[in-house]
Amino acid sequence: MSGARTVLRGRTVVPGVVEGEALVSEETISGWGGIDPATGTIIEARHPLAGVCFTGRILVFPGAKGSSGWSGFFQTTRLLGTAPLGMIFTVTTTKAALGAVVTRVPALADLDGDPVRLLRTGDRIRLDATAGTVDLLNRAMPG
Amino acid sequence: MILTDDERRMRDGADGPAVAAAMDLLIRYAAALDAERLCTVRNVAGTTTQPSPLKARLVAEGGWDRAFSVINLDADETLPIPPMAVPTCQLQQGFGPDSVDVVPYPADFVALQSDAEVFYGGRGVSVLATCTPYQVGNLPVRGEHCAWMESSAVVYANAVLGARTNCEGTASTGAASLTGRVPCWGNHHDEHRRGTHLVRVDTPVATFLDWGLLGYFTGDAVQEARPVVTGDHALPDLTDLKHFGAAAASSGGVEMYHIPGVTPEAPTTEAAFGGARVPEPLVYGAAERRAMYERLNDQGDSPDVDFVLLGCPHASLDQIRDAARALDGRRLHAGTELWIMAPRALAAVAERSGYTAVIERAGGRVLTDSCPAMSRAAPEGTRVFATDSAKQAHYLPAILGIEAWFGSTAECVDAAVTGRWRGELR
Repeated sequence: MSGARTVLRGRTVVPGVVEGEALVSEETISGWGGIDPATGTIIEARHPLAGVCFTGRILVFPGAKGSSGWSGFFQTTRLLGTAPLGMIFTVTTTKAALGAVVTRVPALADLDGDPVRLLRTGDRIRLDATAGTVDLLNRAMPG
Repeated sequence: MILTDDERRMRDGADGPAVAAAMDLLIRYAAALDAERLCTVRNVAGTTTQPSPLKARLVAEGGWDRAFSVINLDADETLPIPPMAVPTCQLQQGFGPDSVDVVPYPADFVALQSDAEVFYGGRGVSVLATCTPYQVGNLPVRGEHCAWMESSAVVYANAVLGARTNCEGTASTGAASLTGRVPCWGNHHDEHRRGTHLVRVDTPVATFLDWGLLGYFTGDAVQEARPVVTGDHALPDLTDLKHFGAAAASSGGVEMYHIPGVTPEAPTTEAAFGGARVPEPLVYGAAERRAMYERLNDQGDSPDVDFVLLGCPHASLDQIRDAARALDGRRLHAGTELWIMAPRALAAVAERSGYTAVIERAGGRVLTDSCPAMSRAAPEGTRVFATDSAKQAHYLPAILGIEAWFGSTAECVDAAVTGRWRGELR
């Protein structure tokens, strides 16, 4: 694998640039009742990522669901040091937008492709939320 | 983004640093939404008083000024907090002093919360302490722009009252309370209030249980979209709509719906869609009803019920009276507790109406201000609980790691009296 290539373009939600590993959630995420901010872990029992930690990874997800506690719970991950490194989401809602603002991580939405299908967990990506691009640095091994 | 002269002055510090921080947060938030401007609001429902370990730490560091600055304004510095600029109420919080020795909830949290009530009450926050401010006097008028959080209250305000609010958060409501502004986006605009999906009810919906099942189906089917519900349903009352909306906001992210002929912005189905073509229906029939029931009940194995929870969102007087009638002359099973969660203002009415005495004679409790999901506190040793709330059946297993049964109020009361779950879909 050589050379980064831009795989997605989108709208800036929170500016900033990060590089890291993608954690892709096929399903929407609940904040209140869906994550444990003390450990940065998804806890919703029926969620495909139940038990998985997002701390330090770029969270790629279709959008936010459930309670309005969403933003407060993600803000708490910042204050407790368990926040994701960045956020890429498909559907803009007040929960996801305010959540990204108070988590204070680079965030991108309204992309020109479906990030949940185009990115895989384990992909190493560069999220330039200021310029509005997602570059694929290293593809995760399949499986 | 367009700011008015007043908004620019607030941003630049004319009303002090806390208001400036509030405006800064609102501007960052509006940019994240790509909103063109802010709306003026005079009705804010948010959370400030409820305890958490993080809040306790912030208060120890710099008092309630620090807690509000960091959590409710997303500021880094500790700023002196002025009185709220517009009417603001506190939503549900932690368990209060009336729950000491009843609920296993930390005494230091109860003390912290009482201290918070003094501070925020002094700054003009009405401590309604309920997820249902619309049940105890906070009723915005139709068309009024609001900044509310609490998903079940937001959907009620939009759909049932015809007020206009997005699903706000802790920080945006805090900032709105000091500025009287919130991003003008989404539900604040006519074109984002019209129906997107048609849900056709083909199996009778008349009971409280059925409104919950229909809400759970609707949220799952449309996610964040705006359903228009037609067909074989009875005229819902406040309690039915409270349950329907809360369920739809739990399984999906529904913030607005229409029931033609019932809700204020939908005199007809055509009006609900704003004149656009009415889409093909999503059908809610007997099979869908059963599937929702089974999904809400797939988190229960043991029929031995330790705990019965009624009232989520907070119980109406009708619900408290119904529970009292069902419990009258009976006695709870030795190993089972029953809590009915209610707004404190309605609990006062239930008490003077004699409902509470009947419930307490049976061994049950009417508790206020909070709920087990909010406070993460259920009776000691609870392994299996039963509830008539689709929302609690959805959330509590993950939050408390307990099994859940969902059914009618009568089945829940039966479980409290016998200690056994015998519910079934009729």
